[in-house]
Amino acid sequence: MREQIVRDLRVAYARLWVRIKGSNREPEWLVAEMVIPVITLSAYVYMYKWLSAPSQFTSFVIIGGTMIAFWVNVLWNMSSQFYWEKETGTLETYLVAPISRMAILLGMALGGFVNTTLRAVAIVIAGIFIFQAPIAVSEPLTALLVFLLTVVALYALGMLFASLFMLYGREAYQTANLLQEPVYFLSGSYFPTTYLPFVVQLAASILPLTFGLDGIRRVVVLGQGFVSIWVDVFALVVFILILLPLAKYALNYMENLGKREGRLTLRWQ
Amino acid sequence: MTLPISVETRDLARTFKGQDKPVKALDSVSISIEEGEIFGLLGPNGAGKTTLIKILATLLLPTTGKAFVGGLDVVREPQNVRKIIALVSGGETPGYGILSVKENLWFFSQLYGLSSSAAKAKIGQLVTDLALEEYSNTRMAKLSTGYKQRLNFARGLLSDPKILFLDEPTLGLDVLTAKKLRTYIAEWAKKGMRGTILLTTHYMAEADEMCDRVAIIDRGRILACDRPYVLKEKLKENRIMRLEVSSMQADLSFLEKAAGVVGFSQTRNIQTDTTTLRIMVRDEAILESVTKRLEGQKLKVLASDEVEPTLEDVYICLVGRGLEEEGAEAGA
Repeated sequence: MREQIVRDLRVAYARLWVRIKGSNREPEWLVAEMVIPVITLSAYVYMYKWLSAPSQFTSFVIIGGTMIAFWVNVLWNMSSQFYWEKETGTLETYLVAPISRMAILLGMALGGFVNTTLRAVAIVIAGIFIFQAPIAVSEPLTALLVFLLTVVALYALGMLFASLFMLYGREAYQTANLLQEPVYFLSGSYFPTTYLPFVVQLAASILPLTFGLDGIRRVVVLGQGFVSIWVDVFALVVFILILLPLAKYALNYMENLGKREGRLTLRWQ
Repeated sequence: MTLPISVETRDLARTFKGQDKPVKALDSVSISIEEGEIFGLLGPNGAGKTTLIKILATLLLPTTGKAFVGGLDVVREPQNVRKIIALVSGGETPGYGILSVKENLWFFSQLYGLSSSAAKAKIGQLVTDLALEEYSNTRMAKLSTGYKQRLNFARGLLSDPKILFLDEPTLGLDVLTAKKLRTYIAEWAKKGMRGTILLTTHYMAEADEMCDRVAIIDRGRILACDRPYVLKEKLKENRIMRLEVSSMQADLSFLEKAAGVVGFSQTRNIQTDTTTLRIMVRDEAILESVTKRLEGQKLKVLASDEVEPTLEDVYICLVGRGLEEEGAEAGA
């Protein structure tokens, strides 16, 4: 048992290391991932300025854009990773090794988290500096708590998607494409969801990002405390408690299904 | 002295969904491989070799039958099986292109729980043994096919597996690199009875050179299984002739039904516009009628000689056609 835990931790660390090393060896990605989001944000910021919206809207957009970076990372780097591993032939090596698949996913998630956090911080700093966005953090620990819970919930969702990608390859890839923009809209990445119709708000509540964004914005921009955001915290904890075991179950299920159908390491499907 | 059994299958079968009908990739395969043995699985593409190796490597479930690796049931105890095996496939990417040889090996060493010092020592040894020192800090993406496969072998041997599965390990390699890797792996297996090897290949020379025993597989069925020399001995009652025919357009279909012809294979050479015919006959006199039929097609027999039997001849005798020829179903 202890041996297995140590091995899984080594695997998670090694996978994290590969992700960080791999990304930072191609510095052009750093530029693309930091500059392009700022350009996207600027469009919304200037639109709100033109509409004479309260200055908090600028901060809302910057927080939204920052958290979107995590969503994009979850969707394209975390979820689809097993698909790419399969296409390049390294998935087979993982599957033949005596390791927990969740340990690999944990390593991918941590690597993605570290990389994206560095970029997210850069986006926030650039946003505050360029657009003079007002920040009013009254409870930094609460802000950190909501941020971490949001990230864990998002990566747990990514782990769940990873099992789908492993077996369904291209179909899952297309599904991820379909998910990208609606999530931007439903989670209220660039505007407060309170303006959305009730039915749409209800639909948005199936996304951890919606609660995460709401909680972080309340604490970081509106200066509210834990008392005001306990519903967001509760919802994120529920998401984590459901998504993590579900991801583990789905991964086992998909692996066994793939072994039964002979599609586990079959490429170009 | 009988050695413990390292790999065993009992009536193993695997069926895949086909476009029109189910495809039987493996059909009642029963083999047993002793500890420390190099066992070859020889057959054409689509014979079921990779399917068998994938089942043994816990990547695929059998439809029926049983498979044991190191005494462990591959279906019931896959995680314990994975602790004692390694799989090296030919033509596969051995790691991440953006990482160097050493970095890739360090990463894979972590999948087997090697401590930092153990990993460092093992990587150093494998890099030296497989002549990868010059490229140890080179990114994998920049390596040639031969060096990538050396890295693949190093990856497979990192964990000192008890059982090593080699799936077409020299596929696409030049003759010299293939030879070096074969020699290295044969030495690795024999050093103090370190490991059992199951090798799949469609290269006869590879099986002949490396394997203690060879099973010949075709369309999912094991047709014969024995030591290479014993398999070849069984052909002694036949004569094997090699004829060089003056055109690569030679129509040899008449040989399929010719009396006294056990089997044949042909290699067409574009550069010399000739066909090399390898024919197994019960009696040398039959060759006269074969020559006449060829002359009837306005072809000449440029050279002919009798040759020693090879594993390909064993295959021809069992199946009636050569290993490299069309006729085997794809699917494995």
